[in-house]
Parts: sequence; structure tokens; C-alpha cells
Amino acid sequence: MIRAPAFLSGLGRAYIGLVLLFLYLPLVIMAAMSFNASPFYQLPFEGTTEWYAALTQNDGLIAATLNSLKIAVMTTILATILGTAASLALFRYEFRGKRVLQALLFPPIAIPWLISGTAMLIFFFGTGIGRGLHAILLGHVALALPYVIIVVSARLQTFSKDLEDAAASLGASSWQTTRKVTLPCIAPGIVAGGLFAFAVSFDQFVVSYFLATPGQTTLPVEIYAAIRKGFTPEINAVSTIIIVFSMSLMLVVSRFFRFGGDQ
Amino acid sequence: MATTGTTRQNGLAKALPLLTPAYAWLTLAIFLPLSAMVYFSLLTSMSPSEQSSSLTLANYAAFFSDPLYATLLMRSLQLGLLVTLICVLVGFPAAYVLAKIFKGRVREAIFLLVILPFWSNSLVRVFSWSMVLREGGILDTALNAVLPFEVTFDLMYSYPAVVIGLVHSYLPYMVLTCYLSLQAIDDALIEAARSLGASRFTTLRRVVAPLALPGVLAGSALIFIPVVGSFMEPRILGGRGGTLYGTVIEDQFTAVYNWPLGAALSFILLAVVLVILLVAAPVLRKAA
Repeated sequence: MIRAPAFLSGLGRAYIGLVLLFLYLPLVIMAAMSFNASPFYQLPFEGTTEWYAALTQNDGLIAATLNSLKIAVMTTILATILGTAASLALFRYEFRGKRVLQALLFPPIAIPWLISGTAMLIFFFGTGIGRGLHAILLGHVALALPYVIIVVSARLQTFSKDLEDAAASLGASSWQTTRKVTLPCIAPGIVAGGLFAFAVSFDQFVVSYFLATPGQTTLPVEIYAAIRKGFTPEINAVSTIIIVFSMSLMLVVSRFFRFGGDQ
Repeated sequence: MATTGTTRQNGLAKALPLLTPAYAWLTLAIFLPLSAMVYFSLLTSMSPSEQSSSLTLANYAAFFSDPLYATLLMRSLQLGLLVTLICVLVGFPAAYVLAKIFKGRVREAIFLLVILPFWSNSLVRVFSWSMVLREGGILDTALNAVLPFEVTFDLMYSYPAVVIGLVHSYLPYMVLTCYLSLQAIDDALIEAARSLGASRFTTLRRVVAPLALPGVLAGSALIFIPVVGSFMEPRILGGRGGTLYGTVIEDQFTAVYNWPLGAALSFILLAVVLVILLVAAPVLRKAA
């Protein structure tokens, strides 16, 4: 094996270090500033937890955070169930128009969210569906569905149809085969798809922004409003909590699924 | 596999109960709204039920009669290209080092570190740059602590600030897609090229680059599309100079309340993005 010379490998390590510095610098600074007394981020640094205390009094932000969590959980459940069912159908059955259906999964991903969001606003407004949390949920599930179907379908590619045939020939009903053979085998794909759905929903700003109403809003929309009104250190506090929360979630999940490791 | 017409129909009958909920949902939340937007872009006034409202091409004509819209669209496309290019230049080498130099658990850990920020809120990441880049901000203060002479700069509310914020937001996509295609390249191919006398650069250019192209292109599409339609990042980091095509569309819907014009502008953006994707599609298929 021809190994890279030591200096090249060292250069590579240094380069990755720089990229990581770039990726983490603003996040670390945000976390640090959430403990800084000056509301205008003035240095020198003076430690305080007053912004976290203020956060507990900020009912608007708390309500928006709870809304975001609720919608993300419901999106995960709905998109995972609908997406897994559709993936199974696309995997098992041959029929005319299957390719068209598969191709139709790409527009929701390939269209800028700005356009999806404004289109939903027009349509929901025009049909009386209206705006608010139900409209946001409607939109989030649609955005997350293609990701779930693509991830679960990829997992199904590694699953052999012979196993289903074997179960069927042993007398298992179609539902028994699905529940006892297929679903356990593709469970990692379903969990990964669900995670994608949660991430897409919890971080979704653009579509939520066009569908939110003042009383019914989500955390990203509230953060955007706060930033545009003026800098508020409470945003740093809530942002730090989100970063810690979402990164911990990912770390826990990565204990169960190997990412990027040798297959 | 011999599939007769009857089993195909049978397949559809069995597939429908599983497929219908998902595709009905997509229809209600994506396809019908997009069709509604096309219709809306042809209206003269806000409400389709109003007597005075009639069909018109005026909203599209507005795009062509006022050069501002075309200028802004060009600016947004340029921004998309620039951000995508920087992400390729920064992300590809990072993915290469990750896939070919690091091994085992270290690689897994670093890979996770690269994609972790991606799971934190995108608004939060953009907002945090405002603390770094502004005058008297962190970068400014840190440089003055190290440098022997005084520098003051204020990158906040400038084009470079928007570019930095967008690159930071979308770089993990590029590392991820490049990494996936680089990891799939058998090391034996690289070794074979080297042992046949190809230089490192030639190996990279003739062996690695063509095989990694699908990853680069997939990452580019994932970055270019949202950047062209971005409005949040330019608003927060670009200030007055951050007016782009996306911010004009946002204004039509949230400030000016000229939804038909907003719909027409959105649709023109969609058409341009689709044309670019269609032009890129054969290249992508050839590479894959």
C-alpha cells in the first residue's frame, strides 16, 4: 500500500482542524455570550446566568419552543408511518406509473423552500385551510415525507424479497410477514428516516414563517422576529439550549448507528 | 422478470392502500399549492373571488419591464454559484482527508463533528456570525489583541458576511455528499494508478475526481437551490446591501401584500432553477 507521506497526512489533519474551527467558532461564541452580562455582547466577559433566568419568564419563547417540539414529534410519527408504508409498496409491487411516483418525490426536495412556503400560503389561504399550527404540520409532513421514503427505500434495497416469500410459504399472512420479518429487518432505516423527519421539522424556518400566525408560531420563527427587532441575549440562551439539545440527540443516536465508519 | 398486464394491475391494487396516504398528503401540501400559485400569478388582484379580479400576464410583464428584478435574480444566481464554488473548494479536500487519511474510530468521530452543526438551528448559526463579524465583535477584538497595530473592520451588513454565513450553513452538505462518494472509491484503484507511475496530481485528476463527481454534483445541487432562494441569511447578515431576489419575494408576501406579483416572481425563480437542473441532469447521469 502506498501511504501518504507524513507531511501530507499532517497537513490533512491541520486542514480538518481549520474546517472544524470554522464550523464551531460561531457556536462556541454564541454559547459563551449567553453567559456574558453585557446585553450588547461587549467585552470584557462578565459571567452571569441572568439571560437563562429571563428565558424562564419569556412565555412567548417557551410556548414557541413547545410548539416546535410538538410539531416535530407529530411530523416524525406521521411522516415515518406514511413514508414507510409507501416505501414498502414501491419495493414490493410492480405497476404502471411507479417510476412517475418515485420521480414525484424529488420536487418537494428540489424546490426552494421559499417557493414551497409561499405556494402553501396561497393555497391554504385560498381553500380555507388557513394558517397556524395545523397548516405548519401539514407542510412539515410533506417536506419530511420524501426524505423518509428515500432513506427507508435505500434500506429496503439491502433487504431480500426471498425472506418475505419464505415467510409467506410458511403460512404467514401478509401483515404477519410485514410485522415479524420485514419491519425488524429495515428498522435502522425507519429510525434514520424518522430522525431526518424530526431534524427537517425542528429546524424548518422558511415554510413555518409563511404559515405562522402571531399566536401560533414556532421557535425558529420567534427567533427570526427577535433578531429583526433587535439583538436580545435571551436568544443566545435559548439557542445554546437548542444546540446542546440537538447535538446530544445526534450523539445518542450515533451510539446506535455508525455514521461514516467502515461498513 | 415476466410481468404480465394482469399482475401489474394486481400490483397496483395491492399497492394503492399503502401509497395513497403519502401521495395524497404530498398532493395537498405540495402539488396543489404549486398549481394554485401558477393560477394566482395570473390574477390582477389578491382575492380570486373578487369581481374585479381577472386573468392577466401583467405580473410576468412586471419582471421584464423593471430591470431591477432581473438584476436581483442575476445577483442571487451569482451568490448561489459563489457559495457552491467555495463549498466545493473547502469541502472536497476535507471530505478527501476524512475518507482517505483518517481510519476507524477517529474517522467516525471527526465525521460526526463535521455534520453535528448541521443539526443545530440554521437561524441560530447565522445569528451567531453577527456577533463574530460586527465592529467591536469577536474577530475584531481577537485580531487587535494579537496584531501590533490597530485594525477596525466591520464586515457586518456586507456581501462577504452573507457569503460567510451561507458557506457555514451549507458546507456540511458538501462534505457529506463528497465523503460518501470518496469512501466508495476502492483504495486499490488509487494504488494501481500510483504504481503505474501517475503522480499524485494526475491520480487525483484522472482517477479520483471523475469517480467523486456524482458526490460533488449532488452536493452542489443541494447547496445551489436553497441559496438562490435564500432570504433569511441576507436579511440578518446583509442589511441594506442584502437585497436579493429571495428578499423581494418575501416582501411581496409579508410586507407589500402583492401576492400575485410574489407568485409570478416565485414561479420565474422556479423555472430558472428547473432549467439549470435539467441542463445539469445529463452531466449528473453520465457521471453516475
